[in-house]
Amino acid sequence: MDFTLKIWRQEDANAQGSMKEYKVTDIDSDTSFLETLDVLNQQLVEKNEDVISFDNDCREGVCGTCSLYINGEAHGPKKLVTTCQLYMRSFKDGQTIYIEPFRAKSFPIVKDLVVDRSAFDRIQQSGGYTSFDTGGAVDANAILIPKEDAADAFDAAECIGCGACVATCKNSSAMLYVSAKVSQFAYLPQGRVEATERVMNMVNQMDAEGFGNCTNTGACEVECPKGISLENIARLNREFLKATLVPK
Amino acid sequence: MSRFLSSSIGRKVVMALTGFFLITFLIVHLGINLSLFWGPEAFNEASEFMATNGVIQVMQYVLAAGFIMHIILGVKLELQNRSSRGVKYAVNKPSENSSFSSRNMIVTGIIVLLFLILHLKDFFVELKFFDKGGFSTDYDLVTALFKNPVYTAIYVIAFILLGIHLSHGFQSAFQSTGANYNKYKRCLKNTGIAFSILIAVGFSAIALYFSFIN
Repeated sequence: MDFTLKIWRQEDANAQGSMKEYKVTDIDSDTSFLETLDVLNQQLVEKNEDVISFDNDCREGVCGTCSLYINGEAHGPKKLVTTCQLYMRSFKDGQTIYIEPFRAKSFPIVKDLVVDRSAFDRIQQSGGYTSFDTGGAVDANAILIPKEDAADAFDAAECIGCGACVATCKNSSAMLYVSAKVSQFAYLPQGRVEATERVMNMVNQMDAEGFGNCTNTGACEVECPKGISLENIARLNREFLKATLVPK
Repeated sequence: MSRFLSSSIGRKVVMALTGFFLITFLIVHLGINLSLFWGPEAFNEASEFMATNGVIQVMQYVLAAGFIMHIILGVKLELQNRSSRGVKYAVNKPSENSSFSSRNMIVTGIIVLLFLILHLKDFFVELKFFDKGGFSTDYDLVTALFKNPVYTAIYVIAFILLGIHLSHGFQSAFQSTGANYNKYKRCLKNTGIAFSILIAVGFSAIALYFSFIN
């Protein structure tokens, strides 16, 4: 398969970026999207040109490192996959593919397609944890947790923190991410202990990072590679209302 | 409380609560207007009640405050949201993942606001300060206005846009206040759409009836 790739090139955080056109030819339809970029980069190396920088790590859809806004959609046209799980068979032979970085003021560009998502780390550090005493291993089922609650917590915990929600949202809101990180503990007894501080701190940090406000368009849920549900945002809203308005 | 109101979620909750309040107002307003179909006596009586009842008089100011909060906060949040992207995408396909109504709340909202100003001038100001605009009864003022097809067209377009605004706003308000559960999601969405159609069709029917039939 042959493709015309229009890729965002930007020297560094402060440089002016622009879309540059590249051609790749004779790509197997079962080549992954990132491998296609590898092929292109190999060509650039041979021509002694600057390679295209893009984030990637596990390449099996679990680490949340790969990003890319492909033809107007986060992680490309296929639903419930990350860019590394996207294959060229999802495109037409000869198609022009636009590749842009995840765009948000809170995700500044480092170089080309690489963005700095450490705003997510700072939100997580502000409250996305539970505290435990160290000591002997506690029996795994010492605390009973209803199946439904465990399942909801597990669904929320599927979030890999890739930032597709922010990239997709017309407001660059991080609500789906924060809601998943709050929800994964909200239903578990171990998570209730610090529930109030958690939701207050994480929402405050989210606002301080400059993400936009949620207007419930639901775009994040559709584009999320892990299918994190909007119900988590409703739960986050409840947790926040409880934390700020209900007296202790 | 101050932490609540200064947070993004708190502001969205205020948008939702004022939205719920304005939804209630629309239901009352449509109810009163539908009495137009029962003839001059019924409408003039309903109108008289609205103009003299003590509770309604007080609620007028609460309503105005609700409108102002909803509008100012809506514009403020929109400006904040616009600045949070930075560089725009060269190619973007929002229609793949969200509805037209949800993406254009500010557009439909501003047009409805412009309509509201015109509407207040047409009726509220005339009835309250200019002695029914020269007409002998409220019914005459209302029915005379819709004899002008341009006005009827403006009103019907505004009602359709209001319906589009509500079709997202209704369900969005439940989500913002945390009252949305997967179990009720479809029900809330459908109720919201049914309500939007009721409001758009209900108000339009009155304008069209007095423009073409009566």
